[in-house]
Amino acid sequence: MEITLSRSAAPMAPSAPLPFSSDHPAATGAAPLLRVEGLTSAYGRIQALKGISLELRRGETVALVGANGAGKTTFLRALSGVQPISSGRILFDGEDISTLRADKRMRRGICQSPEGRQVFGPLSIEDNLRLGAYTQPRQQVAGDLERVYGLFPVLAEKRRMPAGTLSGGQQQMLAIGRALMGRPRLLLLDEPSMGLAPLLVEEVFAVVKALKAEGMSIVLAEQNAFAALALADRGYVLETGTVALEGSGTELIGNEQVRSAYLGM
Amino acid sequence: MLAQFLQFLFSGITVGATYALAALGFTLIYNASNVINFAQGEFIMLGGMLAVFFAQSGLPLPAAMLLAILVPAGVGVLIEKLAIEPVKGAETVSLIIITIGASLVIRGLAAVGFGKGTFSLPAFSGETPIDVLGATLMPQSLWVLGVTAAAVGALWYFFNYSLAGKAMLATACNRMAAQLVGIDTNGVLFLSFALSAGMGALGGILIAPLTLTAYDVGVMLGLKGFVAAVLGGLGNGLGAVVGGLLVGLIEALGAGYISSAYKDAIPFVLILLILFFMPRGLFGARLTERV
Repeated sequence: MEITLSRSAAPMAPSAPLPFSSDHPAATGAAPLLRVEGLTSAYGRIQALKGISLELRRGETVALVGANGAGKTTFLRALSGVQPISSGRILFDGEDISTLRADKRMRRGICQSPEGRQVFGPLSIEDNLRLGAYTQPRQQVAGDLERVYGLFPVLAEKRRMPAGTLSGGQQQMLAIGRALMGRPRLLLLDEPSMGLAPLLVEEVFAVVKALKAEGMSIVLAEQNAFAALALADRGYVLETGTVALEGSGTELIGNEQVRSAYLGM
Repeated sequence: MLAQFLQFLFSGITVGATYALAALGFTLIYNASNVINFAQGEFIMLGGMLAVFFAQSGLPLPAAMLLAILVPAGVGVLIEKLAIEPVKGAETVSLIIITIGASLVIRGLAAVGFGKGTFSLPAFSGETPIDVLGATLMPQSLWVLGVTAAAVGALWYFFNYSLAGKAMLATACNRMAAQLVGIDTNGVLFLSFALSAGMGALGGILIAPLTLTAYDVGVMLGLKGFVAAVLGGLGNGLGAVVGGLLVGLIEALGAGYISSAYKDAIPFVLILLILFFMPRGLFGARLTERV
C-alpha cells in the first residue's frame, strides 16, 4: 500500500499527482471508504442533524451544499468526532468509528480543514503545519512541508510569522495545508471559500481540483454551491438537517429545484 | 543604606522565585483548561512537607526532593481526573469552587498525616551566609534562584522547541482545532496538571529551608502566586515569572520600608490596583488575530 514518493518532487503541476494522499488510488475496493447511516446530532434541544446517510467511494469528491444552518458544519464535525452524535453509525474503511475519540479518527486518516479556518493564531505558520503532522512519523514532515509550501508559496514566505497575522485567504490556505500535513485518506473541507475575494476563491478551488486529480477522497461542504457541484463527482443537498436531494454534480446543477434555491438561476 | 536595600532585594527575589513557580502553575492550568486552580498553593505545601517527610525517613536529599515533586504531580493528575473531568463543561465559577474544595481536602489530609507542627528542611549546602556589600545572602537563596531559573528555562525550551509543548499551546488556543490535528486534548490536560503541580512542589521544596513549612503554608503562598499570575497577565508564562519576582520584591520592600506588619497585605492591595487599572496585567494578551 506504500506509495513511492519522489522526495525530490518537482514543482507542483496540476497534472502531476500530488503526493499527499496516503491512499493509493489503485487500492480502490468495492466497499465505500466512508459510509454514514442515519446520523443524528443535537445542540441541546435543537436537532441539527436528523438522520443523514451518505456514502463516499475511494478517490471520490462529494459536495455538501445547502444554506446556512442546514447542518453541513455539524455533519463534518460529527465525522471528525468533535461534535457528539446521538444516533447513527459512521463506517470508515469498514470500521465503525462512531464512538472513537477525535484524535483516534484523525490517526485513521480523517483530516479536516474546519469552518472559519481555526488556525493556531499565536503560533507560527510553520508550527501550525508541523502540528498538522502531529500524528505522523517525523521523517516525512520536512518533505511534506516543502510540498505544502509548493502548493501555497505565500505560506513559505511568511513561515516564521504568527498565523494570526495572515489575511483570511492565507489562513484558509494554512488550514488546508495543515490538514494535508496529516496525510489524509479522507479530507474534509468545510467552507474553504467562505469570506474570500473572488480571485482567492478561484485559487482555493484550483487546489481542491488538483487534490482531486491526485485521487484524494474529499468531502467538500460549501455555500458556493455552483463551484462545489461543478467540481464534485456527486453532491448532497442538505436542508435543515436532512438530505433533500442527492445525485451527480452535473445532475444537481441541472436540477430546477437546486438552480432556483441555491444557484440563483 | 545600600546594604539594607540589598538585603530587602535578596529576600524579595528569593521569595519571588517561589511565587513565580506558583504563578507558572496557575498559568499552565489556566491555559490548558481555563480553570483557575486554587489548589495550587497546596502543591507548594506538599512539596515542602513531603521533602521533610522523605528526608526524615532516611532518604538522601536528592531522592527525597525528586519524590516530593513526583507525588504532588500525581496528586495534580488525580485532582484533574476525579474532580475536574467529571464536570467537564461546567461554569468557571463551579470549577474554581471545586479546586478550593480540593485544596481543603489536601490541607486536611496533610494536617492529619504530618501533624500541625512546623517543620524545617536542612539547607542544601550549608548555612554560612555570604556577605555582599554589607548585606547577607544565604546560600539557599542561590539555590532557589538557580533552580528556578533552570526550571523556567526548561519550560521555555519545552514550549518553544518541542512538538509536545506546541501541542499544549495549540490546545490552549483552540481546543477543537487541536483535536482535529490529532492531539489527545485530555492527555494535554493531565500533563498540564502534572507540570503545574510539579512546579509548585519544586518551589515549596526550595523555599522550605528558608521559611519553615507547615500543613497550612499553601494558602498564603498560593494566593500570592495567583496575584503574581494576574500581575503578569493571566495565561502568559513570561508574565508569571516577572509577576512573581515583582510581587516578592514589592512585598519585601514594603515590609522593610513601611512595616513588616503589612507584609501579607501588600500583595492583596496590589491585586486590587491591578484589577482596577490594568486588568490584563503587564503582559496580558494583546489581540492581534484577524478573522
